[in-house]
Amino acid sequence: MLLSIEGATVRFDGPPVLDAVDLDVAEGEIVCVLGPSGSGKSTLLRAVAGLQPLDSGRVSLDGRDQARVPAHRRGMGLMFQDHQLFPQRDVGGNVAFGLRMHGFPRAEQDGRVRELLELVGLPGAARRGVASLSGGEQQRVALARALAPRPRLLMLDEPLGQLDRSLRERLVVELRELFGRLGTTVLAVTHDQGEAFALADRVVVMRDGRIAQSGTPLQVWQRPADAFVARFLGFDNVVTATVSGRAADTPWGRLPVPGDSPQGTAALLVRPAGVRIVAAGEGLRCTVAARTFRGTHVAVQLKPEGAPRLEAACALRDAPEPGEEVGVVFDVTDVVVLGDARTA
Amino acid sequence: MSTTRTFTAVAVGLGLVTLAACGSSSGSGDGGGGGTGTVTLVGHDSFAASEDVLEAFEKESGYKVRVLQDGDAGQAVNKAILTKDNPQGDVFFGVDNTLLSRALDNGLFQPYEAEGAESVAPEYRADPDGHRVTAIDTGDICVNYDKAYFDEHGLEPPASFDDLAEPAYKDLLVTSNAATSSPGLGFLLGTAARYGDDQWQDYWKKLRANGVKVVDGWEQAYNEEFSGSAGGRKAGGERPLVVSYASSPPAEAIFADPQPETAPTGVATGTCFRQVEYAGLLSNAKNPEGGKALLDFMIGKTFQEDMPMNMFVDPVREDARLPEDYRKYSVEVDDPETMAPDTIAENRDEWVKAWTSLVLK
Amino acid sequence: MRPRTAGGLSRANAVRLGLMALPVAFFALFFAYPVAAIVARGLEADGDWQLGRIGEVLADSGVRHVLWFTTWQALASTALTLLIALPGAYVFARFEFRGKQVLRAVVTVPFVLPTVVVGSAFLALLGRGGLLDELWGVRLDTTVWAILLAHVFFNYAVVVRTVGGLWSQLDPRQEEAARMLGASRLAAWRKVTLPALAPAVAAAALMVFLFTFTSFGVVQILGGPAFATLEVEIYRQTSEIFDLATAAVLTLVQFAAVGAILAVHAVTVRRRETALRLVDPSVTARRPRGAGQWALLGGVLLTVVLLLVLPLAVLVQRSLDAPGFAYYKALTSEDGGIFLVAPIAAVVNSLQYALAATVIAVLIGALAAAALARRDAGRFVRGFDALLMLPLGVSAVTVGFGFLIALDEPPLDLRSSWILVPLAQALVGVPFVVRTMLPVLRAVDTRLREAAAVLGASPWRVWREVDLPLVRRALLVAAGFAFAVSLGEFGATVFIARPDNPTLPVAVARLLGRPGDLNYGQAMALSTILMVVCAVALLVLERLRVPSRTGTAGEF
Repeated sequence: MLLSIEGATVRFDGPPVLDAVDLDVAEGEIVCVLGPSGSGKSTLLRAVAGLQPLDSGRVSLDGRDQARVPAHRRGMGLMFQDHQLFPQRDVGGNVAFGLRMHGFPRAEQDGRVRELLELVGLPGAARRGVASLSGGEQQRVALARALAPRPRLLMLDEPLGQLDRSLRERLVVELRELFGRLGTTVLAVTHDQGEAFALADRVVVMRDGRIAQSGTPLQVWQRPADAFVARFLGFDNVVTATVSGRAADTPWGRLPVPGDSPQGTAALLVRPAGVRIVAAGEGLRCTVAARTFRGTHVAVQLKPEGAPRLEAACALRDAPEPGEEVGVVFDVTDVVVLGDARTA
Repeated sequence: MSTTRTFTAVAVGLGLVTLAACGSSSGSGDGGGGGTGTVTLVGHDSFAASEDVLEAFEKESGYKVRVLQDGDAGQAVNKAILTKDNPQGDVFFGVDNTLLSRALDNGLFQPYEAEGAESVAPEYRADPDGHRVTAIDTGDICVNYDKAYFDEHGLEPPASFDDLAEPAYKDLLVTSNAATSSPGLGFLLGTAARYGDDQWQDYWKKLRANGVKVVDGWEQAYNEEFSGSAGGRKAGGERPLVVSYASSPPAEAIFADPQPETAPTGVATGTCFRQVEYAGLLSNAKNPEGGKALLDFMIGKTFQEDMPMNMFVDPVREDARLPEDYRKYSVEVDDPETMAPDTIAENRDEWVKAWTSLVLK
Repeated sequence: MRPRTAGGLSRANAVRLGLMALPVAFFALFFAYPVAAIVARGLEADGDWQLGRIGEVLADSGVRHVLWFTTWQALASTALTLLIALPGAYVFARFEFRGKQVLRAVVTVPFVLPTVVVGSAFLALLGRGGLLDELWGVRLDTTVWAILLAHVFFNYAVVVRTVGGLWSQLDPRQEEAARMLGASRLAAWRKVTLPALAPAVAAAALMVFLFTFTSFGVVQILGGPAFATLEVEIYRQTSEIFDLATAAVLTLVQFAAVGAILAVHAVTVRRRETALRLVDPSVTARRPRGAGQWALLGGVLLTVVLLLVLPLAVLVQRSLDAPGFAYYKALTSEDGGIFLVAPIAAVVNSLQYALAATVIAVLIGALAAAALARRDAGRFVRGFDALLMLPLGVSAVTVGFGFLIALDEPPLDLRSSWILVPLAQALVGVPFVVRTMLPVLRAVDTRLREAAAVLGASPWRVWREVDLPLVRRALLVAAGFAFAVSLGEFGATVFIARPDNPTLPVAVARLLGRPGDLNYGQAMALSTILMVVCAVALLVLERLRVPSRTGTAGEF
């Protein structure tokens, strides 16, 4: 393992910010830590970078404990949330900073700066002042700066957080391509599941300083470990259910569940695609509360009587009008019985 | 005593002046003498000597001289006492009869009878049994008057202590704090010598009734309040009588451009108190032999005759000749008040305390 | 952030201790140790502590009178300074007018001028034949008013810079917003501006109180023997009366008082650093409009001219009071008798000492500021902040005499070394450096430092590559101030042995100590030179004002 975190714990005042976190990152892997603010994900990066001492546990790089290694000797790259470019230096000066610190000869510095600026799509920008850069350009410079000394591990803290949506979506693709081409090992943190899923080989969901789930984007998407993860991923159709056999009792009535589902009381998720709208009088009786156009589909908010709201996804032409009375049936392929909250 | 010697709040600091002879004569021991190394003189800020005179000593003795100016006279003595276990030099110059007991009681000096001490006028010799100090110079603390003022007003300048308490001189005299300034203290001692332990307070009551003004330091008295000095004229000083030194009028004349025929100020010769300044070999001196040679030199004729124009003081040697310029403006003080150092030591603190509550409160 | 593990704790501590080591050693060696030595010498007799002396001295009615006078004159001086200088602070902050920069430098000149120089000139204003005397026959030279007004003269700049600095950056739109909400002009000012200014006013008031509480030259020259502050009394007891026990007790009393003042100051300053929304001063200042504003500007200018410029002008005038610049020419002649070289050499000496003192003060001050600026600085370290100011409140004679008995053994036998003078001057300069740099350093984003560290910069290189470029201007301002302060420093310099010729203030004092027109004139000429050098240094600073974002230019 390139990076290995064992039992990492950090507490300030109050409950631990990092609570016995274990995490491995393999050479060339892109791992994305996903969690709401306050979940401890930034602290995790800072601990790995050596900016935040651990209260207990250890961080090892290539099997070597890093406890006594100060930040500037760990050979890692860290891209800060708001970039933190050095305001008194130009673009070239920023990119060359790490190279200078590592004592690269001048000529090599210049060559590498040129190469990196080309790589991030800013050729010839070396003499520009950082104040004149747009948000996206700053982000690119920050990336070039972090990559320049060829860090063993590159860490990104909310790498695209401050950029507008379309730019973010374009850049995340570029980044993934770039990291793949360079073979860079990446540990990123973000609160945006779209960003995480687009970037990562593996997604790690954090909650209250602990890891709630770890897996490939597909695994996490398909089988969220618990109600928290499901809700964090944007799924709202989560209720408590009692499973017995291939059916579950829920506030929405009796639903079919897949055959391998755990039995007994558990959280149950219905993905919006599995909420089928049918004619009024059939299935669960609901009123349409609202509908939101989402580009490829329409999200319909449904209000059953005496039960939690439901979100359904349907094609535009099938979408009912708000106020309409409809019926709802559930598709077993989109029903997931969530595991125990402790499943990681 | 030197007109430059003042105790004041804003007193002067100390400078250490390395008197390495410039150019040719380096004072390394081959010129004569047989002494080697450096001899350090610690003195107050008013110490000054001509360069060629000090060079002469270096040539004669083989020692190099270093001069450390260590504050005004009071500070210099106090500092020397504080550092007596590990002194900053070999010879201390500038303790006067008003502070002599403080220096002697604190063991500042070690005995040495300088060669040539026999030519010092007998009345200036102190510590005859211990030989711990050698008299170097004398000066008189006297009331100075502004000649122009008295001419204009058709008034005779005062001649004696008694005169100062006369109504004719009401609100004309300014002096400095006896607790913190050397001339102030000298003037107080002069009145004590003149009127005796039991009468001087009455005299001061009269002076106070006659409007004597007391300021903190000599500088304020002389440069601000006194109408006859260069500073006082600019500052609009309005007191034509000031307690200063007998040598102040010569200085007023000599440090003027062009120099006047006569000094603009005069000395009330009946109001003088004689100060004597001593030097001695410091206890724990690192170069006692050099120190002894320097003391011998300081009561030699060369140094004694050089002093007046540098420090505005009178020599203690009876056979020393005063320089022409100095004589031209100086005033002979025939019968100054004097007081034995022992008497001063016994009474000084008591008197200053009494004076403070009598005059300042 | 408070790391808990042994490793983390020791690393953070190691950095902090590393930064603090030099300042702590400096203050321990050149301040605490000498002061403790001289106090101990005073209170110890035959190996026993004479603590009974404390009670005795404090019971003395004369001493109690001194304490009372010291306190009330400081309070009165502070109130008067605020009263006279606050309109000035407003005018400098909010009005744009020709010659503002020069004037701001001019009002600061008195602050760095030694009292010895100014005392006599100030008398010319208040004494016989002075302006007040000419106009109304009023003379204040023997009254306490002379002391109070001179304190205003010296501390005017403290208020103008500290309060005006903040005032110029308060967004006037906030007041406008309050007025839009229906507040009257006065109510808007009272409800919006005043609360924002209050901490700055409090900080300035405390500094003025500190400076006047420990006032020395002003009280002695203008007050005469009837008035004495603690500082004056400590000087008299140490230097003239040689009663070290009384001096030691008074030193302790003053120490306690100054410590209390600084503690209050530290609290108000910290409150001030809690962020206010500040704007660039250039957008808040504009030309005065309407008769009222022009009258205010006129009034302030008149005050500045009468109270600050006139006394300085008197010095200049007296230095020119001989045909053909005779006094200035005399400065270059070597046969003065008082000095072994031409007095003009004092200018060079002064510049050299001031330069050395500046280097020391900047080094020590910058290290201390860097340690104090760290986010993880604990209460202990923050306490050191106030401690750094203590030299401003301890009598120079105490420090000077302390040097003499404390630094007399190898390897610290510095008594006759030239370095002692800049060291003593640096003691006074360091607080100014820290005060100027600390807010700027605290404003530097920690993550910028972290970014550099992750890129491979060691802590030292982080300081050099990140902090230094950002604080360079503040550093220059601080250096300039330290330079001007050491140039004018008189107190400590005077009590220290120097291996060569006197500094400017000392030379001036020496010349004043000798009768004769040429001596007096040369003293005035040297004073004028000192003034000009200080003014030029300050003017250069004006051009270098710290970027307004940090809001700290000219803080004391």
